[in-house]
Amino acid sequence: MTDESHGLRGGGPTQRSVEIGVAVAMAVFSLIVIAGSVQVGIGWGAEGPQAGFVPFYVGLLILGSSVVNLGAVLSEPSDKRIFAEWGQLGKVMSILVPTSIYVALIPWIGIYVASVILIAVFMRWLGRYNWSLVAAISLGVPLAVFLIFERWFFLPLPKGPIEEFLGF
Amino acid sequence: MEEIVNLFHGFAVAIQPFNLMVMVVGIMLGVIIGVLPGLGGANGVAILLPLTFSMSPTSAIIMLSCIYWGALFGGAITSVLFNIPGEPWSVATTFDGHPMAQQGRAGEALTAAFTSSFVGALFAVIMITLVAPLVAKFALQFGPAEKFGVYFLAFCSFIGMSKEPPFKTVAAMMIGFALAAVGLDSITGQLRLTFGYTELLTGFDFLIAVIGLFGIGEILVSIEEGLTFKGGGAGINPKVVFQTWAQLPRYWMTSLRSCVIGCWMGISPAGATPASFMSYGIAKRVSKNGDRFGHGEIEGVVAPETAAHAAGTAALLPMLSLGVPGSPTAAVLLGGLLIWGLQPGPLLFVEQKEFVWGLIASMYLGNVVGLIVVLTCVPLFAAILRIPFSIIAPIILVLCAIGAYTVHNSTFDVVLMLVFGVVGYLLKKCGYPLAPMVLAIVLGDKAEEAFRQSLLASQGGLGIFFSNGLVSTIMGLGLVALFWPLISNVLTRLRPRAAL
Repeated sequence: MTDESHGLRGGGPTQRSVEIGVAVAMAVFSLIVIAGSVQVGIGWGAEGPQAGFVPFYVGLLILGSSVVNLGAVLSEPSDKRIFAEWGQLGKVMSILVPTSIYVALIPWIGIYVASVILIAVFMRWLGRYNWSLVAAISLGVPLAVFLIFERWFFLPLPKGPIEEFLGF
Repeated sequence: MEEIVNLFHGFAVAIQPFNLMVMVVGIMLGVIIGVLPGLGGANGVAILLPLTFSMSPTSAIIMLSCIYWGALFGGAITSVLFNIPGEPWSVATTFDGHPMAQQGRAGEALTAAFTSSFVGALFAVIMITLVAPLVAKFALQFGPAEKFGVYFLAFCSFIGMSKEPPFKTVAAMMIGFALAAVGLDSITGQLRLTFGYTELLTGFDFLIAVIGLFGIGEILVSIEEGLTFKGGGAGINPKVVFQTWAQLPRYWMTSLRSCVIGCWMGISPAGATPASFMSYGIAKRVSKNGDRFGHGEIEGVVAPETAAHAAGTAALLPMLSLGVPGSPTAAVLLGGLLIWGLQPGPLLFVEQKEFVWGLIASMYLGNVVGLIVVLTCVPLFAAILRIPFSIIAPIILVLCAIGAYTVHNSTFDVVLMLVFGVVGYLLKKCGYPLAPMVLAIVLGDKAEEAFRQSLLASQGGLGIFFSNGLVSTIMGLGLVALFWPLISNVLTRLRPRAAL
């Protein structure tokens, strides 16, 4: 799919640069794993292999395979194939940024109010629906969630000051 | 004989009114999950898992497995009507299913897809009924070395069978193992890889990983590709159904072959997606109408759908009898067993007869119910697909967040879910497979435990993994699976010479 649909128009980061980034990130991750394993001991203790024994070799395997993957990307002739156009990445960010704010808000204002805001923002900003439909769905979905989770299945979800004010 | 008696007991459990209701609800939810982008079998089951906490384990597994059947059925609807595979294993169904829909034969294609799915599943369930108890009985004798051998075999087949470059599979899988190792080490009781962060004490829960990698990651990929659902209407009427059913027996050979491919690929953790492609490829090569494949040939729908559903169902065999899930969704079901306080593995067949046989009986009933539901409700499900993305996307995001939160009642898990989502998006776009990573997170602790216990018994010698015929065979098969691409390369090179 990617090859044809992501033409050269529009520009964007190349597939090559992203793959290099991912391989390097994996190598860094493997070093963290190896360091953590060495901290708890990678040798032989009273109960057989120590706690860091297996993660240490797992870390080495990640390091080794990310080096191979990095080598594979670097040895390919540099092509102009792009990872995604800037416009497409903009769309991804238009989901990712509101979702990050949503996740950050949950501990403070509870999941219900945050969900109302998330759905409303999406519908109004990306979908440009009229306010009555926005209100119906953004209030209706969390209400349904409340009934299903808290009333039928007795699973408490995080709540904030507004729910507290209402007495829940 | 004992199995037959047990199976009938299982049916008695499965047809209790509450369980039947749970079955229908599960199938409906499953089909919806299957048709919606961003929700698949694995993360759909993961999100709904908390809802089962208050049920009995048997009702809970019936509900979750029915969600799984529903998702398997649902993938076909989007493939045929919209040329958008709702699930990776339905990609091969689009090749002939969508051209058929364009020619106005959508009803025929859908009937063929659903019926083939049903046949594939039925074949796999019969196989599970007959084989699973034997495998379990056999596996009861396994020591730590044999247990490790089975895990080794499972993970090696991933590397050898994967379409992705092997080192990408290894990297993804080992990252899963590393994440599984974080937290309390069960053997020494030591904390490891937490670097002083108390949030990491309990480690990474694979349910969070599944919801993030498959749910959030999938939504990010869908929005980037700019999904819009444009497709013909879906009319299925009884006449079309019966006309199609009259044609299908002609393809019994394709069907049978696809069933076998599906079962085989499902038991080895290669999974439903390669099974559907392989089955399609072979059918295309063998069929008299092979050259017409891709232009709306009904056989091209039968082959992948039968294999995908057979594989999806067969993936539960190793999960039930060995405690090794054959697919990410089976892994989530296995996680469910642990949460309900059941120990997955061969002992289930001895200690939890009602549970195991209730589940197996529900597979028979669930697929019958599933077939009826999808055949009658296609227009409804197609309508769900036409809900615009800007409404459905935030709702899916909210459901993912709730699912992640309810696993441990922790808001930190919701943050982790989002991180996994971004990671999933990047890995997917760079061709790293996600399924081995998830399976490694699920099985990491158990595989490590088996490995260390074996080493303890042998005082550190690796020879214990080749110390008797059984474990050597399992490890040998693992090595063959691991180096399969090299071996098959050599074989194909040798063949022309042998012919000369």
